Amino acid sequence: MKLKGAQILLKMLEEEGVDTIFGYPGGAVIDIYDALMDSKNIRHILPRHEQGGIHAADAYARASGKVGVCLVTSGPGATNTVTGIATAYMDSIPVVIFTGQVPTPLIGNDAFQEVDIVGITRPCTKHNYLVKDVKNLAYKIKEAFHIARSGRPGPVLMDLPKDMINSTARFNPPGEVNIKSYKPTYQPNIKQVQKVVRLIEKAKMPVIFSGGGVNLSRAHEELTLLARKTRIPVTSSLMGLGGFPGTDPLWLGMLGMHGTYRANMAISECDLMIAVGVRFDDRVTGKIDEFAPNAKIVQIDIDPTSIQKNVPVSVPVVGDCKLTIETLNKFIDEIDCGKLAEKHEPWLSRIEEWKKKAPLSYVQKDRIKPQFVIEKLYELTEGNAIITTEVGQNQMWAAQYYHFKHPGQFISSGGLGTMGFGLPAAIGAKAACPDRTVVDIAGDGSIQMNIQELATAVQYKLPVKVAVLNNNYLGMVRQWQELFYNRRYSFTHFQHQPDFIKLADAYGAVGLRADKPEEVETVLKQALSIDKPVVMDFVIEPEESVYPMVPAGAPINKMLLV
Amino acid sequence: MEEKKQLLSILVDNEPGVLSRISGLFSGRGYNIESLSVAETVDPDISRITMVTSGSPPILEQIKKQLNKLINVIKVIDLTGQEYVKREMALIKVKAKPEHRAEILRITDIFRGQVVDVGQEHFMIKVTGDTSKINAILNLLKPFGIREIAKTGCIALPRG
Repeated sequence: MKLKGAQILLKMLEEEGVDTIFGYPGGAVIDIYDALMDSKNIRHILPRHEQGGIHAADAYARASGKVGVCLVTSGPGATNTVTGIATAYMDSIPVVIFTGQVPTPLIGNDAFQEVDIVGITRPCTKHNYLVKDVKNLAYKIKEAFHIARSGRPGPVLMDLPKDMINSTARFNPPGEVNIKSYKPTYQPNIKQVQKVVRLIEKAKMPVIFSGGGVNLSRAHEELTLLARKTRIPVTSSLMGLGGFPGTDPLWLGMLGMHGTYRANMAISECDLMIAVGVRFDDRVTGKIDEFAPNAKIVQIDIDPTSIQKNVPVSVPVVGDCKLTIETLNKFIDEIDCGKLAEKHEPWLSRIEEWKKKAPLSYVQKDRIKPQFVIEKLYELTEGNAIITTEVGQNQMWAAQYYHFKHPGQFISSGGLGTMGFGLPAAIGAKAACPDRTVVDIAGDGSIQMNIQELATAVQYKLPVKVAVLNNNYLGMVRQWQELFYNRRYSFTHFQHQPDFIKLADAYGAVGLRADKPEEVETVLKQALSIDKPVVMDFVIEPEESVYPMVPAGAPINKMLLV
Repeated sequence: MEEKKQLLSILVDNEPGVLSRISGLFSGRGYNIESLSVAETVDPDISRITMVTSGSPPILEQIKKQLNKLINVIKVIDLTGQEYVKREMALIKVKAKPEHRAEILRITDIFRGQVVDVGQEHFMIKVTGDTSKINAILNLLKPFGIREIAKTGCIALPRG
């Protein structure tokens, strides 16, 4: 059967199990959009900016565990997705981005709406393609999905010239993908895993440090089992939140620049660190040559380039997090866990002292404190909401005060730190999980970067909630200017902000405001009960800062606590 | 930490953009390429890139890992420390006044080079060998006046 390229594309999406795509039409993809009208099995969500589309596809992937799909036109449509592609790349999220391209004879001729998107995204995609021959299209699409979701996941871009999309080829469902140069290692080396067990038997002050890899691998159950069997406390990076229950007594809180006191102290004093699915990013390590000076480090990761990139590793284990911890647990079953529990008791008591000495805290009087908003939200949602965030102080308070239970529950731009991520991400997450409450925690700066997506939420009846922590500042930068630049607030004060209630209303959403602490609970309850998108404007203490803080260049045990 | 050199032989898919991917990897991460040479192998789908890089030992390790991570890279062979044969070629246009011609030809002979072009005022000499041999002949020819040089990167294969 001969099909047009556009039809082959849609058929292949269905073959790959795609039921939702986020896209924005244009000249180069108008043929694909025409074919889309006849598609019965693919739901298409139209954002109001291509950046909204790519962030939504990214969050769809984070929430569902499937590959997110985004479709945009050539030229500016494609370049508008670059920030979102880099966001997905830094956090290793499986997304496939289809960009329209000018017809092949015009490529390289400065045609209308032409950009070398393959060249532009080479450094921020896991892989990318320009498909010139429609005969290759089906196989290349299968290959693209395979690359996006396998090994260490990542964004893959496919550039589709308009004439290729309009030419025909016989469609044969492609066979197995076989890339001779790409064979990720999933099964860990047994000898290496056994070494880890020996180290656990000897250590007196062990810590488990989990990260994004645990969430991507959905290894949370295996990790929880390991920690509880061995009585080893657990901390995680921002990207690892949700990999271990945030209410478990063994949970230390997040570590790093804005991590908890006890997590940073435990990592600094430990003699064994079992690092699973982490990359030892600078937000976590602080001054790297003073990071965990007494620890033997075990690093489990599917990507060999992450291992020993930043810190010396005693036992490297290349493998998938879920499979590796499963294997580790089998060996742990053969040793005396009672002895481990006994051995670790003094360490756990010490950690308890640190918790008592400097717990996360704030004092609320007559201005609303942002931490209080998050705590109330946690309480009213019973810890079951999917939380997306923007970037900065709002992101850090969300990470500190909401306690997560499972992977895909905390959706935040960690690696790139993209303001404007949260609202389209909430839309993508809600599209993936329609039965869950989805809340975007935002600042008054970030929320305006993709505010136009409120229209998308209203059009598709995706009742996401936006909690704007409104202090009229670019909060995190203001905090740095307060602490390190003598309070010289250079261009971090938003002298004019819109009325968020009127803005929500204009988009067809609901706007609510709380000025006083007593109003917070009422506003949250109301927002959560309305079956429409809601924007909540929380007027918070303007110069509240995020603590603890590890100043840039300091070791993580030297935190500012107030 | 001490800077060391590393000689890599990299087999890659023979596809447009692969060289760009590799050079982009190096420039993006601030790694050093001292020299690079690339061409097809007997298999038309596979090309070989011979590259000399430099850096501290942990960086050299990262370079190999990052190269292996690229989808289009089939194999990375580290020739440093192995038995290998390495060659470079240079074309040297040297000023040749009548009174110097005999001396220049004698030097060329000693280095088993060949004269590939002759003019009223110059010779063009082709010479192959490893980097130190090329540098040695350049040093000897400098006093006569070198007008232009074109050098290839080095190519190498393991012995055995």
